[in-house]
Amino acid sequence: MEINISNLKKIYGDQVVINNLELNIKDIHSLVIIGPSGGGKSTLLRILAGLEIPEEGIITINNKTLSFKEIDLHNYRKTIGVVFQAFNLFPHLSAIKNITLPLEKVHKINKNKATLRAKILLDRFQLGEHSHKYPSQLSGGQQQRVAIARAVALESQFLLLDEPTSALDPALTSEVLDSILELKKEKKDLILVTHEMGFAKNVADYVLFIDKGKVLEAGKADSLFSNPQTSELKKFLGKTLKY
Amino acid sequence: MKIKHLFYAKDDKFNIALSAKIVNTTLILIIGIIFWNYAFNRLNYESQGLSVFLEFRYKFIFGFFITILISIFSLICSLIIGSLLVIGQKSRFLPLHYFTKIFIEIIRGTPLIVQVYLFFYVFGTALDINNRYFMGVLIMATFSGAYVAEIIRGGIDSIDKTQIESAKALGFTNLQKYRYIILPQVIKRIMPPLAGQFASLIKDSSLLSLIAVNEFTKNVQEVDSITFTPIENYAVLAIGYILLTYPISHLSKKLEKRFSYGD
Repeated sequence: MEINISNLKKIYGDQVVINNLELNIKDIHSLVIIGPSGGGKSTLLRILAGLEIPEEGIITINNKTLSFKEIDLHNYRKTIGVVFQAFNLFPHLSAIKNITLPLEKVHKINKNKATLRAKILLDRFQLGEHSHKYPSQLSGGQQQRVAIARAVALESQFLLLDEPTSALDPALTSEVLDSILELKKEKKDLILVTHEMGFAKNVADYVLFIDKGKVLEAGKADSLFSNPQTSELKKFLGKTLKY
Repeated sequence: MKIKHLFYAKDDKFNIALSAKIVNTTLILIIGIIFWNYAFNRLNYESQGLSVFLEFRYKFIFGFFITILISIFSLICSLIIGSLLVIGQKSRFLPLHYFTKIFIEIIRGTPLIVQVYLFFYVFGTALDINNRYFMGVLIMATFSGAYVAEIIRGGIDSIDKTQIESAKALGFTNLQKYRYIILPQVIKRIMPPLAGQFASLIKDSSLLSLIAVNEFTKNVQEVDSITFTPIENYAVLAIGYILLTYPISHLSKKLEKRFSYGD
């Protein structure tokens, strides 16, 4: 995917969360965003998901400039898949219905086709036996994997994952990370915000370090982690890898 | 089975055996009857037994069915009014938003008896509506609708914000979001308070006797003014209203189960 962002600014109240952020990437499949909490990485992801409207800035994704009119945003949202930290699934629908409902109602795919697509995906993520369970009957890790399957089922131009493992206990984290790694192997375009540095190293083609609303450092995963340039990133990595 | 299991539930889930159900219900009824008989005997009240009921049974039954009819229409109308009020409250058009807010506060903050009189004698006269039954249904539906609105709004607000966000991110339109995501969950959550509200509605309809709507309470009062047997007459009233409200709470439990999912 190709993303160009220039002069992006987002303000909540009197707090500048994204401050003249610039980004130009090309020919990258997996982009990982790291950084301290409150640094603006989730906000950037939410803007890219069409859920927040920035005060200023131009975003061009795959040669299309994003329009921030609600009607255009609505159509744009249909073309991407998003996975949040937790509670992605609708509790009144079984796992498989959670996947097929948006396919049928939003993307107007007929029921048989949608069900077939959902079944194939659930099997691929080793969730076949759970397809008729409700979210409350699934573990946190299983819920997140269903949410990932749902996002993949949309056959979107790319996936946005906002700290998909941060609400899980460590034992359940790896199964979710495995699913994401699976997507990377298929060269599915994805943008991931995560606190799992080890995983970030494995999955990322390209890494952004965001703090104070700016991209402070960006680069290929191996060089960025082994040879951080800015003092902020050195400090950040020192803290996260300390224990 | 041990005696203990007849009188103590094993845990707080209350999965109780049929025998224990029967024993305990009967026990409570017997205690109730003993208490009633004791109080009654001290009154020196000469009971006419069932004779009053039999003599005026057509009047009792007529009033009972009028109350059923009024309740059914009020119930349906209060759901419609309640839903409209919620839409008004959720509207971003401020005059409508504030109208519904103030309207609900006034209706919920004043006694039904005031509303019955005001609606009937002021609005009814002003708008030239003389039909007491129509006005009765309208008054009950408006009163109950304000409560229904608050119940529905509470149900909608209790839906987790992330879900709304997910629905938005998935590209659902606003209408689809309500139709497929919010309402199915809200229905389950509001079933118990809604059933309670409908039971209240049925009982409160007795106040329509004040504007001479010929419903159950009114008929019983008329009989009473002839026979002077208040205890028998009001016992009929009590049993009649229980016959109406009990099925509602029973039905709501059934519906709640039908709409439940995985828990």
